[in-house]
Amino acid sequence: MITLGKDEIAKYPFLADAGQYLKDKGFTLQQFGKDPDLKLSVEKALNRVQVSADGKIYKSDLIDGEASKDYVLEREVFSFLLAIVLLKLTGMSTLIKRFSLAEARRAEKYLERDLANITDESKKELAVRIIDDLFSIQIKKLDDYFIIPISNYLTHSINFHEREWKLINRHVENGFVFLTPHETVRLIRKELGNYINSKIINAKTPSMIPGFEEPVAKLVSLSKKFVTHSVTTGEYPPCIKHAIEILEKGENLPHSGRFMLATFLLSRNQTVQQIAPLFKNAPDYNEKVTLYQLNHLAGTSGSGTQYSCPSCEKLKTQNLCFPVPECNTIFNPLQFGKKERK
Amino acid sequence: MNEKEIKFLEESFKKYYFDHFDLIHVPERTSEREFGYQKFNSGMARHISLKDDKELHLLLMQNIPSDVYCSNAYYSFPNLSMKEKDWKEADLIFDIDAKDLHLDCRKNHCITKCNECSQISKVTDVCQKCKSTKLETKSLPCNNCIEASKNEVIKLQNILVEDLGIEKNNIHVYFSGNEGFHVYVYNSQFQEVGSRERSELVDYIMFKGAIPETFGMKKIKPNRASFPNFEDKGWKGRFAKEIFGSKSKRSKVISELISVGYSNFQKNLETLSGKIGAQIDPNVTMDIHRIFRLPGSLNSKSGLTKIFCKDLKTFDPYSDSSFLDENSVEIKANCPVEFKLRKKKFGPFYDEQITVPTYAAAYMICKNLATIY
Repeated sequence: MITLGKDEIAKYPFLADAGQYLKDKGFTLQQFGKDPDLKLSVEKALNRVQVSADGKIYKSDLIDGEASKDYVLEREVFSFLLAIVLLKLTGMSTLIKRFSLAEARRAEKYLERDLANITDESKKELAVRIIDDLFSIQIKKLDDYFIIPISNYLTHSINFHEREWKLINRHVENGFVFLTPHETVRLIRKELGNYINSKIINAKTPSMIPGFEEPVAKLVSLSKKFVTHSVTTGEYPPCIKHAIEILEKGENLPHSGRFMLATFLLSRNQTVQQIAPLFKNAPDYNEKVTLYQLNHLAGTSGSGTQYSCPSCEKLKTQNLCFPVPECNTIFNPLQFGKKERK
Repeated sequence: MNEKEIKFLEESFKKYYFDHFDLIHVPERTSEREFGYQKFNSGMARHISLKDDKELHLLLMQNIPSDVYCSNAYYSFPNLSMKEKDWKEADLIFDIDAKDLHLDCRKNHCITKCNECSQISKVTDVCQKCKSTKLETKSLPCNNCIEASKNEVIKLQNILVEDLGIEKNNIHVYFSGNEGFHVYVYNSQFQEVGSRERSELVDYIMFKGAIPETFGMKKIKPNRASFPNFEDKGWKGRFAKEIFGSKSKRSKVISELISVGYSNFQKNLETLSGKIGAQIDPNVTMDIHRIFRLPGSLNSKSGLTKIFCKDLKTFDPYSDSSFLDENSVEIKANCPVEFKLRKKKFGPFYDEQITVPTYAAAYMICKNLATIY
């Protein structure tokens, strides 16, 4: 466990043990519901959640990660811990997700500043340790860069869809990826968000605290904004159309293409019997084998695992992707043609 | 394949396995690997676990497989079903195949066989005899194919060593037994990475998905100084060498690149992928549960052995991997393309009855271009 100073807890409040922190400061949750001075922290907490729901980052009272007065620091930590209490009482996972991501982005700014700190070595060390302890990434400093092993980089970067994060678009040398402090911290944003999210999910839900009813009600009504329904046009994405065309022409569709086509159609609720005839024109068609393989993918035979349609990223690598502009916003062929209906 | 041909191949394969136990070994950490094999005209038997060379040799003698495979992955329980195996890690593997290089020479030594009427002809889209489109392509690779594949292996090795930090002695190259090479990487930092991460490595190695910004080109006001230099490490350096040709041309080429614009630069990068990227089969490297042809075993597509290449430069697959015996066999061959084995030329044969050594007969029979007379 990392030992943190006062200003560090304010910067990285998710590292603190919430219950213990309040106890150490001599407060109970009930007091925050009653005491007019402490109630300010509840208001701050509400604001912190509301801002995050808007996709923005909560503006801290800290100046450059430092606060002039101790009570400012304390209120900063309280508002984070109380925000968690409010979220637990509201019980809406969308709000928790948005809050976690916004808090991750907030902490990211401090981490970046600490990593780049050349005057205070201890600040840099703390940031390096947080990244190692939480996400098992061993960072080393080399000239102006931070270098991390490629395998470490990949486990995190595969969650990004922007092309700039692809390994090919990185400075790679001798088994390491070279990153700026900003990129290093950006790499773990999602995991940092997940870490905060899981901390909140695993926290105990308290029973309603007198004085908290109003902010909780506000959050419940806010969360209704995020309920969406989607409709699909039913049109096939270009990769699937292309695969069907190849088969119709009697040309050879590689194994990976057949896998894509079958898993896609199965996910669109077509039956094995409906799909099998598509493969009739394949140069090596064998009805028995086709049915066996389709049943295997559908999970009706073999291990019972139902295979899912590969991601766009994977299909690109396999040369099976033929994108059209509508593909820009999707990550899996199954999302093609889906539109949000409010 | 008919019974007579299967009998002939099984006998030849059995003799090879019996005479060459010295070439066929189980890999390290044997008990953590999954083995599998196929018999002629039969399905795949897999989820097999073996202890040592003795058990492997016994399997070969008892089953006379057409092909033998072993996982690149290590499992706690390799003989259980896929779900229960408990995957631990996997060596990085690469497959370089001449057929994926789209070489011009291929039209000279590829043959199509119609699955409907068995007509054999030079490469075509439609069967000349029955107009069916259900055609199978058979290739009898030439020296050019092998040299081009070797070149891809060298490109791959350079990227592995310089960029991915792999030690040279942890890279092992094998001739696949047909028309390409298999490359194994042991004890690397990538042992435990999953399929998605390996797919990113594939794109890196193949130079796929590069964006102009990586190579200094911006949409607005590109800066000449941010273009790569000859001395740069990794892809930047390789890009510079390929695009600029020589250091003195750098400035002129940069002006040209800037003047043709961002989207043309992007197109250039895509074309470059085929030139400077190593042409590997992405599916093989991404697959962490694959069973891969076992070194030392025979390839039923050719009757040649998958064998370790001590010196890639001098390696001649059509001499160094041909181990079946020399006994004469009478066959009926329909092989309209000439080929060379053990420095001896064979063919072309046009539906004719001939007598050839076992290794050449097996080669043609494996490719479905001959039958036992």
